Amino acid sequence: MATAVEMRNIVRQFPGVLANDHICLEVEKGEIHGLLGENGAGKTTLMNVLSGLSVPDEGEILLDELLVNFGSCLDAIGHGIGMVHQHFMLVPVFTVAENFVLGHEPRKGITLDMQQARELVIDLSQRFGLKVDPDALIRDIPVGMQQRVEILKALSRGAEIMILDEPTAVLTPQEVEELYAIMRSLRDSGHTIIFITHKLQEIMEITDRVTVLRDGRVVDTVETKDVSQEDLARMMVGRDVVLRVEKEKREPGDIQLRVEHLRASDSRGLPALKDVSLEVRAGEIVGIAGVAGNGQTELVEVITGLRSKDGGQVFLQGLDISDRTPRQRMYAGLGHIPEDRQRRGLVMDFSLTDNFLLGFEDSAPFAKGPLLDYGQAERYSRESIKMFDVRTPGPDVLAHALSGGNQQKVIVAREFHRDPKVLIAAQPTRGLDVAATEFVHRKLVEFRNQDRAVLLISMELTEILDLSDRILVMYEGEIVGSFEAGQATPELLGLLMAGSQEETPDGHEEGVV
Amino acid sequence: MTQSRELRKTTTGTSRLNFLVGPMQFILGVLLAFVAGALFLFVFQEDPVEAYQALFKGAFGSKRYIAETLLSMTPLVFGGLAVALGFRCGLFNMGVEGQIVLGGMAAAYIGYAWDLPRVIHLPLAILGGAFAGGVWGAIPGYLKARHRIHEVITTIMLNYIVFQIAAYMIAVGGPMKADNELPVSPDILPTAQLVRIWEGTRMSAGIFIALVTAIVVWFFLFKTRLGYKMRAVGFSPSAAEYAGIKSRQMMVLAMFFSGALGGIAGAVEVLGLHYKFYAAFSPGYGWDAIAVALLGLLHPVGVVASAFLFGVLRSGSITMQAIAQISKDIVLVLTALIIFFTATNKTIRPILEGAIVRATSRQDKRKSET
Repeated sequence: MATAVEMRNIVRQFPGVLANDHICLEVEKGEIHGLLGENGAGKTTLMNVLSGLSVPDEGEILLDELLVNFGSCLDAIGHGIGMVHQHFMLVPVFTVAENFVLGHEPRKGITLDMQQARELVIDLSQRFGLKVDPDALIRDIPVGMQQRVEILKALSRGAEIMILDEPTAVLTPQEVEELYAIMRSLRDSGHTIIFITHKLQEIMEITDRVTVLRDGRVVDTVETKDVSQEDLARMMVGRDVVLRVEKEKREPGDIQLRVEHLRASDSRGLPALKDVSLEVRAGEIVGIAGVAGNGQTELVEVITGLRSKDGGQVFLQGLDISDRTPRQRMYAGLGHIPEDRQRRGLVMDFSLTDNFLLGFEDSAPFAKGPLLDYGQAERYSRESIKMFDVRTPGPDVLAHALSGGNQQKVIVAREFHRDPKVLIAAQPTRGLDVAATEFVHRKLVEFRNQDRAVLLISMELTEILDLSDRILVMYEGEIVGSFEAGQATPELLGLLMAGSQEETPDGHEEGVV
Repeated sequence: MTQSRELRKTTTGTSRLNFLVGPMQFILGVLLAFVAGALFLFVFQEDPVEAYQALFKGAFGSKRYIAETLLSMTPLVFGGLAVALGFRCGLFNMGVEGQIVLGGMAAAYIGYAWDLPRVIHLPLAILGGAFAGGVWGAIPGYLKARHRIHEVITTIMLNYIVFQIAAYMIAVGGPMKADNELPVSPDILPTAQLVRIWEGTRMSAGIFIALVTAIVVWFFLFKTRLGYKMRAVGFSPSAAEYAGIKSRQMMVLAMFFSGALGGIAGAVEVLGLHYKFYAAFSPGYGWDAIAVALLGLLHPVGVVASAFLFGVLRSGSITMQAIAQISKDIVLVLTALIIFFTATNKTIRPILEGAIVRATSRQDKRKSET
């Protein structure tokens, strides 16, 4: 088979980081080529080089065995390279057709020829079998559809080689299946696809070959069918990794957290929680599955006291904490790993020591009268760094100098140090690589095994399925399903997450689940 | 390959020389400003060398000049600390000028109207100035915390209210008007005056109070619980909220302290230099204070350094005008250039950090080779 892309000895250095260290990558024509690596392994940097967004310090790129030189994205597009970014580049208030022609609008005299734009969309969507409505506003269509628009847009500009940067991160399981179908049909029509991800399962499912990166270097390129997930994980992390956390069944104890008939509004004042009730027992992980934006954020914020409620009550170990401040709830034994670690969980411009202190600054042994005992703080900071294996040059480093995984470890370490009775873990592994995810999962299960309670909120179905003893599904501010571990399948959860009115084994009409 | 691996090892994370970035940024900003200022002078057919010589002669040429430099530096230290403290809590206090005037007014009143023993009188006058400035700062702080009214607007507005009050106080028939023809307050009693500490100059002990205050502010910000909370609110209000820090309370307090620092600036000017209150005793120190704080990168040590620089510019410019016949307005240009070059620190900083990283890695490589 012919080579579509060859990258030779690509070197790209940023201040302090060698992001790409003599990377060689060969992608054959008409294959789906996986690019696998942990965060910071250099995947995105490499693809930015290929798509003309960034210029390599060394190395060369060959397309169809011809040397090319990209000065800009336009050069790359001109050579048939299209990139669909993790964050879509679409204008929410424009229609699909308007977004489509943005940048090279068809004209009729001095006005825009929207009819032609619409026809272009319809024509392309028929040719590639990708259904989109040219007149729908971007903000009104689901994320999967938006992604389709991005893919079509790249195709319309003559893309032969499609780069998809972590395309599944924002999709529901059903949408992921649809995306796979699109990818396969594109491959069959002769397109070459480079698929960036750090999820092993996706590599196994969709790719023909895979190149694994680690620390800015290529570990190996292999045929997907010749390797197992364990092999790939080992290549990616550089050691053996436990992909599925072992946890034995436990009999749940007393109720630790009880939420009754909770109602709340989102930031725009629209109802986000409509009568949510749930309970979490000691020694139990309760997982809340759902597509982002179905009230999970509001639920966490109301439980932790960061958002005011419109009605309902929250009990911690039988104590009504509904009207307490966040600090009082924290002291009462509520731990919180927030979903947005950079905005909520950490003060990014604080040192690690200062970040470990967050919420502890008024308690012994750190508070000494009006002063902070930085000696104590630094000792505790060093201990936490060691215990939770935070990769950092030292405790004085600012939080934003750390990788996402290490930032998360700081938060997890701090919340465990609080010794909470109940831990609210919101998206605890979002954006984390395999090794860091494994670590956080192990910690959560250890915590549960100490007869503590965990409320886990995650958009990752596999995470929910792997960790939870009980699973609740949230849709449009309501709990629409409840399952014991083992009863739930990804398909069933996926349907409920998408709002299907299917009955569940427990019956979703119950108020308290 | 081995070479690049070596490089990676030494360049990940932050360098041990990173504490140099701040000072380097400061010095580079100032140097660039002086170079650009020289070009400016050159274009207007003045001799830059002569001008700068005159400038520095005016700042350091004699005992009296040095004293004048330190005299202008003093209120700028307080004012710079005031602005920096506000910024550390995420608040832009543009009302320092008003707080200086109000602080001076309160200190002057206590200084001439009350008859007390020295050990009480002087501290009380200074504290009175601090309290007046603090209250004046706390008002915008409260409005921001409670009603989300932007502090830039309220602090500026409150300045003008103070200026009018000040004018009224010493106008004919005003409550603080002295028994003479001038629009000034009565003289401050000797028991409330700051001592002059250098024979033959106007320099008072104010500069020492300023330096001690800088140390106190540093200690407050980086060693106390309250300082920690204010910095958390300043860097990330949402993270502070998550941690249960009462950010509204912190805002009001930070603005009180910020205003109080401005108030002390005014008190020290009145008690140590003018010995009476008059409306225009501050030649815009409160405005320069913003530049001082920014140039000092919001760090008390940086504030002292940049206040010194601004003191040099202020006192040197007068002599420069006299000796070299160059308008002292060139100093305004220089000031603007310094602000310009340091305000672009977002551009300069990564370059500096990169340079430091490269320097350390070269060093390490040499070490590992030997």
